[in-house]
Amino acid sequence: MSLVDRCCGKCIHSLETPCPDFITCRTEGPLCHDDKECHEKILGLKDKILYGEDGLRVSVGTSTCGLAAGAQAVYGALRAELARVAPAAKLVRTGCMGSCYAEVMIELERKGSPEAIYSKVTPGKVGEVLRSYLDYDVSGAYALRSRNGTMKGEEEVPLLDELPFFKYQERSVIENCGRIDPKSIEEYIIHGGYSALSKALKNMTPEEVIEEVSDAGLRGRGGAGFPTGLKWRFTRQSKGDVKYMICNADEGDPGAFMNRLTAEGDPHKVLEGLIIAAYATGAFEGYVFVRAEKPLMAEHLALAIEEAKKYGLLGENILGSGFNLEVRTVLSAGAFVCGEETAMIAAIEGSRAMPRPRPPFPSTQGLWGKPTTINNVETLAHVPAIISKGAEEYSKIGTEKSKGTKVYCLAGKVERTGAAEVPIGMPLRRLIFDIGGGVQGGKLFKAVQIGGPSGGCLPESQLDLPIDYETLQEAGAIMGSGGMIIVDEDTCIVDLARYFLNFTTAESCGKCTPCRIGLKAMLEIMERITFGESKPDDLEKLRRLSSSVADASLCALGRTAPNPVLSTLRYFRDEYDAHIMENTCPSRVCRHFLKGYKVEIEQCKGCMLCVSECPVDAISMIERQEEKDGEPVKKALIDPSICIKCGNCYNKCPFGAIKEVW
Amino acid sequence: MTDEKERTRAAVDEIFGRYRHSHDPLHSALIPLLQEVQDELGFLPEAALERVSRLLNLSTSHVYGVVTFYHQFRLRPKGKHLITVCRGTACHVKGASKVNDVLEEELGITPVVDTSEDGLFTVQQVRCVGACSLAPVIKIDEEFYGNMDPVKMRNILAVYRKKEEKK
Repeated sequence: MSLVDRCCGKCIHSLETPCPDFITCRTEGPLCHDDKECHEKILGLKDKILYGEDGLRVSVGTSTCGLAAGAQAVYGALRAELARVAPAAKLVRTGCMGSCYAEVMIELERKGSPEAIYSKVTPGKVGEVLRSYLDYDVSGAYALRSRNGTMKGEEEVPLLDELPFFKYQERSVIENCGRIDPKSIEEYIIHGGYSALSKALKNMTPEEVIEEVSDAGLRGRGGAGFPTGLKWRFTRQSKGDVKYMICNADEGDPGAFMNRLTAEGDPHKVLEGLIIAAYATGAFEGYVFVRAEKPLMAEHLALAIEEAKKYGLLGENILGSGFNLEVRTVLSAGAFVCGEETAMIAAIEGSRAMPRPRPPFPSTQGLWGKPTTINNVETLAHVPAIISKGAEEYSKIGTEKSKGTKVYCLAGKVERTGAAEVPIGMPLRRLIFDIGGGVQGGKLFKAVQIGGPSGGCLPESQLDLPIDYETLQEAGAIMGSGGMIIVDEDTCIVDLARYFLNFTTAESCGKCTPCRIGLKAMLEIMERITFGESKPDDLEKLRRLSSSVADASLCALGRTAPNPVLSTLRYFRDEYDAHIMENTCPSRVCRHFLKGYKVEIEQCKGCMLCVSECPVDAISMIERQEEKDGEPVKKALIDPSICIKCGNCYNKCPFGAIKEVW
Repeated sequence: MTDEKERTRAAVDEIFGRYRHSHDPLHSALIPLLQEVQDELGFLPEAALERVSRLLNLSTSHVYGVVTFYHQFRLRPKGKHLITVCRGTACHVKGASKVNDVLEEELGITPVVDTSEDGLFTVQQVRCVGACSLAPVIKIDEEFYGNMDPVKMRNILAVYRKKEEKK
């Protein structure tokens, strides 16, 4: 029996006769008839779904980050081990809890015992971890979700919420990630899923839903922060019988992965948000536009749609409300410009993803010329909580103009990489240093790049800024998707700005001249600077071009592309000057400033490996005025007039005796 | 018509059969159709583009325009193993280019040649695979490798080559 099946003959629910109370009926019911036995049956079923027959649940985080850390092998080892010790336990592949730095993570949970989370698990450790947990011993665990005094070592292991990475978080969008099996609609329902949809369809008119979302102050989490309720209202008010709802799951910002994490770990939450949005805007057809480069996310979203259909949560007369909705996934072939709504619409229509001038906005003329709403994954994943809790409760956190939480991705040279969901308005310093643990390896913090290629680079002095849409914009960055790349003293800011320009130049769709030609001209200047070939008026030209491109481009890709250059010029002018006037790269990244190589005599063992590796015979062995075992000692010497700076000797020297000269 | 072209055409026709009944305008099937054809053939040969344009009643130049616009499509055959190098920001600041240098050196990859001479490896650069926390990341076929560095890259290549030799 599954949750969708009827508990007994008295249950009135079937796909042909849908019922508005279906979800509550299946989790707390039955509601349609009074029967204690059926109630017990449902409770037992819920337990079986979560814990298997053995009352033991073993979860392995196998989202993309987990897999990259080796979760597949851990899963295999666990399966083999469980087959011996607890064959009827429930083994599940969950998503990522956001603490990617601790992957591979597994969680053990026996009914009645505290759940123990283990980090950096390898296949070899699996047996021991499992045995000790089953032996009522949690020492060695990374964290516990709760304590109840039944396990040995409980006091030595911190609670998950006490760990610095989790302590400051307010998890709503990613609350289920790493907790539930993303491929199981039943687990989502048991954790309160689809109750918001039930509430919206049963008790609220579309207008009331829009009202609630407006009152909650939800703003688009994909970039510009446009009020979601307003967007929905525009589509609702547009004339036409056919309207579309699109979920943007084409996360294209390099360095941001919150949408992948959310949709991989809890796809039904996104889908529930989408169904509510379609109901509110009056759409009968929905699309999930998901990037082919992130196959697991595409797979989980497609599966969620299939499952929801089986449960009568998609299709005709959803939960007896008379509301119909068909949803399907469209695989994006990959283009950054698809983040622009009109470009994405062109892509779904089968053309090159080129934006068009607005107005008309998609809310009046979108897909196939019909009114269309586009929201990204994270925005939609906020919707169920708003409907369940109500706008008032939801808007209690956040700042005056920006409500709720935001998921940020911490990556780059930060100690604890991963994704954290925190109230909007938290200062950057708390996010990077308290949650992220500061810079890796005790190096000096240099900057944080916020908002990807459209965002900006902020220095130490800006770290006390509360993060919200407005303050970031004033500081020269943008909220964007919420990707944060932390860089340290070893990263060259000029090279980083060049990297982003290289990205936006390549991703420019080519439709409008300022973006197509302007960015290319800017990139040429940046390349000159990083190659040590800059001209005296380059910075001035760069500024002029930046403002032309920002002012005259057709879409947000071009309008925001100069941000990385402008923000780095504003805060890191000295690094530009070092490249241009002092002919050096202070972070030792731009290779063109490398003067050459030299041999550290003390470390050279005279093995002659470098001599044979040198393609231009620039290295010779020189006799020293010392002897070893009666022979004169020979050491390598590089002739800078012949050296072509290929770096072969530097890379191959087994003793690290060859040093760079900057 | 050569056998090669004939086979390509047949493959495209078979996939197209599944799109004929969709109620969306026919030309919207272009991208999914190309994706499936590429899945089947490994790349998009000229004959496939011609056939697709004929079936969807689009000009070949339009089809070519779409194919060259998106990252996913490739016009050249693929080697036995596909190495995907993530060039996202996190990977960039953590040294993805050094990992890529190893591939260029060991496999003879250049900006115009993306497949090693022995046909064993094709290297593609992607914008971001979203595993930023384990940067730099590469993927070989469906397998992910995190926290890469030049030494690790050389070792992994050696493992793959050894496996091939055994066969």
